[in-house]
Amino acid sequence: MIDLVWLIPALPLLGFLTILVLGRRLGDPKAGYLAAAMVGGAFLVTVGVFIDLLSKSPEERHHVVNLFSWVPVGSLRVDLAFLVDPLSITMCLFVTGIGALIHLYAVGYMHGDPRFSKFFLYLNLFALSMLLLVLGENLLVTFLGWEGVGTCSYFLISFWHEKQSAATAGKKAFVANRVGDWGVMMAMFLAFQAVGTISYGGINAAAESGALSQTTATAIAVMLFVGACGKSAQLPLYIWLPDAMEGPTPVSALIHAATMVTAGVFLMTRVNPVIHVAAEWAGWLIAIVGIATALFAATIAVAQNDIKKVLAYSTVSQLGFMFLAVGSGAYVAAIFHMVTHAFFKALLFLGSGSVIHGMHHEQDMRRMGALRKVMPVTAFTFIIGWLAIAGVPPFAGFWSKDEILLYALAKSPVLYVLGLVAALLTAYYMTRQVIMVFYGKARWHDAHDEHGAHGDFTPHESPKIMLLPLVVLAGLSTVGGALQLPFSADLHFLEKWLAPVVEFGEADIHGSWAYDNKYLLLGVAVVIALAGIAASVMVYSKNKIAAIEPKVLEQGWYYDKSITAFMGGPGRRIFDGIAWFDAHVVDGAVNGVARLVRGSAGGLRKTQSGYVRQYASALGVAVVLLLVWFVVIRGII
Amino acid sequence: MSTLAFELPKPTATWYLVLAAVLFSVGVVGVMVRRNPLVMFMCVELMLNAVNLSFVALAKQLGDIGGQTTVFFVMVVAAAEVVVGLGIVVAILRRRPGATADDLVELKG
Repeated sequence: MIDLVWLIPALPLLGFLTILVLGRRLGDPKAGYLAAAMVGGAFLVTVGVFIDLLSKSPEERHHVVNLFSWVPVGSLRVDLAFLVDPLSITMCLFVTGIGALIHLYAVGYMHGDPRFSKFFLYLNLFALSMLLLVLGENLLVTFLGWEGVGTCSYFLISFWHEKQSAATAGKKAFVANRVGDWGVMMAMFLAFQAVGTISYGGINAAAESGALSQTTATAIAVMLFVGACGKSAQLPLYIWLPDAMEGPTPVSALIHAATMVTAGVFLMTRVNPVIHVAAEWAGWLIAIVGIATALFAATIAVAQNDIKKVLAYSTVSQLGFMFLAVGSGAYVAAIFHMVTHAFFKALLFLGSGSVIHGMHHEQDMRRMGALRKVMPVTAFTFIIGWLAIAGVPPFAGFWSKDEILLYALAKSPVLYVLGLVAALLTAYYMTRQVIMVFYGKARWHDAHDEHGAHGDFTPHESPKIMLLPLVVLAGLSTVGGALQLPFSADLHFLEKWLAPVVEFGEADIHGSWAYDNKYLLLGVAVVIALAGIAASVMVYSKNKIAAIEPKVLEQGWYYDKSITAFMGGPGRRIFDGIAWFDAHVVDGAVNGVARLVRGSAGGLRKTQSGYVRQYASALGVAVVLLLVWFVVIRGII
Repeated sequence: MSTLAFELPKPTATWYLVLAAVLFSVGVVGVMVRRNPLVMFMCVELMLNAVNLSFVALAKQLGDIGGQTTVFFVMVVAAAEVVVGLGIVVAILRRRPGATADDLVELKG
């Protein structure tokens, strides 16, 4: 079964090609079902590979499936090869599993869209790229997928490109991602220069054997982290993700919550030996950027009124948690949180999509309220997602967030306290959202003020095809924590499963104060979550405390505005200068050479007059001159 | 039949070489000053044969058969060249009777 791993990306590729050729003929909804079936098929193959891998001993769970030699250049040999190990299969399982559910959901959500089949064309292309990214055995295959998901993200964010804001958001995402791509490319060059290969096996083996010097390892780790910051929306490159909400909601769920944005965390985990060998400040940098992003985004989420914007900032914040885990050496916890986050955030996004669908494309939470009566299934599943992300036991998010905080405390108490604050804010703003959308007074009666065409409308529950994924994801969000329970070493399923991949880089916290008091930490986490929820209920449900939603938070700390101001003013002048340099000096040199050649050629051309006599006399003169040269000057007779 | 009053000098290789040089020069001047393509063509032939003549003369003097062999090659190539060249000249004159070599300037790019 392991040799069939190429089928995992091949099925979405087949779906992509079929829709490319026959998309219009298949139409709505057949194209959607085909795309969903392809990703579902990939999921089944992944399950097969997973079972096959389980039947082997942990040391043998590492297979390289080589398809063909891709770039054989000199001493550089890059194969199109897939790496089958616990990490890549974990990623594949949730990418294809959640991907298939979201495809199914999108069949309902996108029903009636004039570019229905094109949407699924992009979705399948995205699934293909994401699977290449996680399965790649070397940095180049991963980079191929990395660029692929970036491109698909651009296509899908600006899917409704008639809207100016959607088109702009797509461009913003693309440009912000390019900055990160630069980091990945630099890391690739460095790895090739230092190790002579860009395959993960080679790089990690060099790190583990000590062949990689600390300086080089630091440079590679930091450069990869720059790439991860771009793709996983960390400070300072997070700006594109909130705007990416302009895309259709299934896209937000699939790409901007569950799968693509986790690519950075995945890449960090993949090269964990390099980070382990790198200087200590590299780990600190990752942890600090992670916790700063988690806090920063959580504060912004508190004051957002767009239902999807809240979730977007929440995603940025949760990704910050994952990087905090990576920086603390808690790779298992990072992957654990990635998986549980994929469950509950996909659920929340799809739930918000269901609300938007039922509310006739109204996204402002101030116009919602009391929706639990008209949308019972959506409300029920959304509430499960809320409990999971807020960190209420026994839902999935509680266990994974607790695991991260445990390792953060082992690294530094400061990180732990800041992490608790971020967790408190998470519970607070998610409760605020649930109250604003599903509880309180129904405020959608006056929604027709702006949507005059609808009149006084009543929101409606979404079709079954959209509710099915919600129910499945709600189930997963409830029991997902069972992957890794803290009570006994026997219950550390994920840790045992991932051990062959992360054992070199994973921090050992056994014997630390944090580890010995982990039950105390569990209690603190529960108190924090409940405190956040209680505070939010007091503010938004009971109206006992005035809401604190300063403009500075609603505007995202004016981060976007500052960038715009800088780019419009001094930044613009700098880049104008660079553009001038490019146009006059660089282009000038190139054009100058061309002008020189053309000028001299034009001069020479005049000698070609077309008069045979001139040619003949030129020949004669040349013969005489040559004779003079040889006979008189060189003296050869 | 009485013998001539004076002995005619026996022609040496130099004579032939001088004759070849004269013929070659006539050919060069012809190509440079005449405009009729046919005449220019004949002048080129003149130059070729001047060279042939010097080849033969030197081959005789040096007793080396190689020079004579070369002449055959030159004649064969010249014959082929005449076919092509005359074809072109006829084609041009048919289209534009009385055309000179200089009129063909307009063919230049």
